[in-house]
Amino acid sequence: MATIEMKHIVKKYGDGFPAVNDVSIDVADGEFLILVGPSGCGKSTLLRMIVGLEDITDGDMLIGGERVNDLAPRDRNLSMVFQNYALYPHLTVYENIAFPLRLAKVSEKEIDEKVREASKTLDLDEHLERKPANLSGGQRQRVAMGRAIVREAKAFLFDEPLSNLDAKLRGQMRTEIARLQKKLGITTVYVTHDQTEAMTLGDRVAVMKRGVLQQLASPRELYEQPVNLFVAGFIGSPPMNFLPATVEGTEVTLPFGTFPLPADKAERTAGKGLLMAGVRPEHFEDVSVIGEGEVDSSRTFKAHIDVREWLGDQQYAYVPYEAEATVQDQLKELARESDSDSLRTQLVVSLDASSKAEEDADTTLFIDTDQMHLFDPSSGENLTVGL
Amino acid sequence: MSNVKERVGTGVGVTLILLWCLLPVAWIVSLSFKSQEAVTNGSPGFFPASGAGAGFDNYKQVLQDDAFLLAIRNSIVVSLSATILSVALATLAAYAIARLEFRGKKFVLTTALVIAMFPVVSLVGPLFDMWRTVGLYDTWWGLMIPYISFTLPLAIWTLSAFFREIPWEMEQAAQVDGATPWQAFRKVIVPLAAPGVFTAAILTFFFAWNDFVFGISLTSTERARPIPAALSFFVGADPFNRPASLLAAAAVVATIPIVVLVLFFQRKIVAGLTAGAVKG
Repeated sequence: MATIEMKHIVKKYGDGFPAVNDVSIDVADGEFLILVGPSGCGKSTLLRMIVGLEDITDGDMLIGGERVNDLAPRDRNLSMVFQNYALYPHLTVYENIAFPLRLAKVSEKEIDEKVREASKTLDLDEHLERKPANLSGGQRQRVAMGRAIVREAKAFLFDEPLSNLDAKLRGQMRTEIARLQKKLGITTVYVTHDQTEAMTLGDRVAVMKRGVLQQLASPRELYEQPVNLFVAGFIGSPPMNFLPATVEGTEVTLPFGTFPLPADKAERTAGKGLLMAGVRPEHFEDVSVIGEGEVDSSRTFKAHIDVREWLGDQQYAYVPYEAEATVQDQLKELARESDSDSLRTQLVVSLDASSKAEEDADTTLFIDTDQMHLFDPSSGENLTVGL
Repeated sequence: MSNVKERVGTGVGVTLILLWCLLPVAWIVSLSFKSQEAVTNGSPGFFPASGAGAGFDNYKQVLQDDAFLLAIRNSIVVSLSATILSVALATLAAYAIARLEFRGKKFVLTTALVIAMFPVVSLVGPLFDMWRTVGLYDTWWGLMIPYISFTLPLAIWTLSAFFREIPWEMEQAAQVDGATPWQAFRKVIVPLAAPGVFTAAILTFFFAWNDFVFGISLTSTERARPIPAALSFFVGADPFNRPASLLAAAAVVATIPIVVLVLFFQRKIVAGLTAGAVKG
């Protein structure tokens, strides 16, 4: 039970490249913090610096108020679940879980009590005498967790613990981890590249890109008020749509037409030239679903849907559009940064499952400009943050 | 149909290879049960002709020979100590080579390889002189030192390959769990590298046990002379008429420890012990 304070943490490798650059995060006691970002963003490096497996080039790392920069991993009293579990294959499940206790020279009776308790929590009772090689992926994962919770560590660290599991099991384990953390109330830092895990598990989420902390906020704030283009594009699935936009007076011009914009947003963005508008897929709707009369007709436009994906509870429709080369380049760059690939400029809209919109036909769509964000295309900064 | 053919083919192949490998061994065993007269008279049959069999007489005679018993003792002590020391040293060295980045790492590995390729015979002369000056001539240490230095390279190469196979995370997990680097090495890495350690141990033991060149040149009495060298001194009463059946019996006795050792350690050399450590 402890706080973790990272103060201006820097990690430079031999070639001088900063893998982690001036990151400051305070993790409160009992908080569940998520580190998320595309691969190579430094999130795992940061985690390994907390646990002591990587040296800290610059800055201070405080655990429970004590500076731990120069302490060996074993003196930091943290427990960690590795991405590949790192179970000891020559030991039984029981001995794997008991390993940290044996090192701490705990009495045999106490070891037995604690191991049994952990195995009960994780439903491993019938596997205690088996070797890791004979366990399934999910069971191995639980053993790794057992080894982490058996000892009274100051904090739990998870390094992409679910990335090796199949989708269904991942969902179950995610809930299990959340439940366990709530029950034990231990400070937790969790690294993932999966934004579903990030959004569902964390009290707060730290989004990183190329070693730099982009935004540290609650999942809701991250989703609704992203501070820049990167965070806006990284969080949310399918991702936020980015469209070239210009604001004149209280109207915004998009490739599909000109729409009214709320006064406060317009005030901050009017006359700033070419901007990037961000609209989430769910902020579009098929007008025929809402009902013709119910909609503000100035916020509707005709769109040509080329592909439609029906998922049962909702459906995604894809609307290709032409964009200028400079805008295209920027969108490509943005997609590349968040580990995805955009092949063409298209709008992804999420429609109600009852929509009868057809493929390869024109449909009238509603756009909710109240929810729109406008970004400065050169700095990526969100000009409408907080509105 | 093809299945049957395949099986028959495999069977024939295996039989041929076994015959090729085991015939000399079988011949020695057969020889060791013949009487001395039968051998001198020339009775080349595989099974001793009636009246020519010696039963276990040859073995009894060999095992009553003090010189031979001392040679067995020397061989066991020298080979075992050399094996243990060599493997222990190689384990530490190989771990460092597999895990640490240090200057001259390549140099160490290449030098080790060069030493392994060095013709043993060319060193016998200088060693003989040196050992006599230093006082190591005709001692156990005098044999153990060359054995260790000639088996270390191979052991280091074998073991460092094994250590490299063990994921880094194993040690890191142990360290996070509260282990010192030494504890992580001893409780996690060494058990995982056990197949490699046993492989290295067997190879080292073979080398030491079967060595003849050092055994004959660096010893002069029963104080340190190992079995292969002792066998060559096994001449019996008539130096022109070597006791072939006795020699055969002694050779069989000398082979038994090796066979036992291999059968024992074979169980330990189980590949894929790390299976289950990490998700593949």
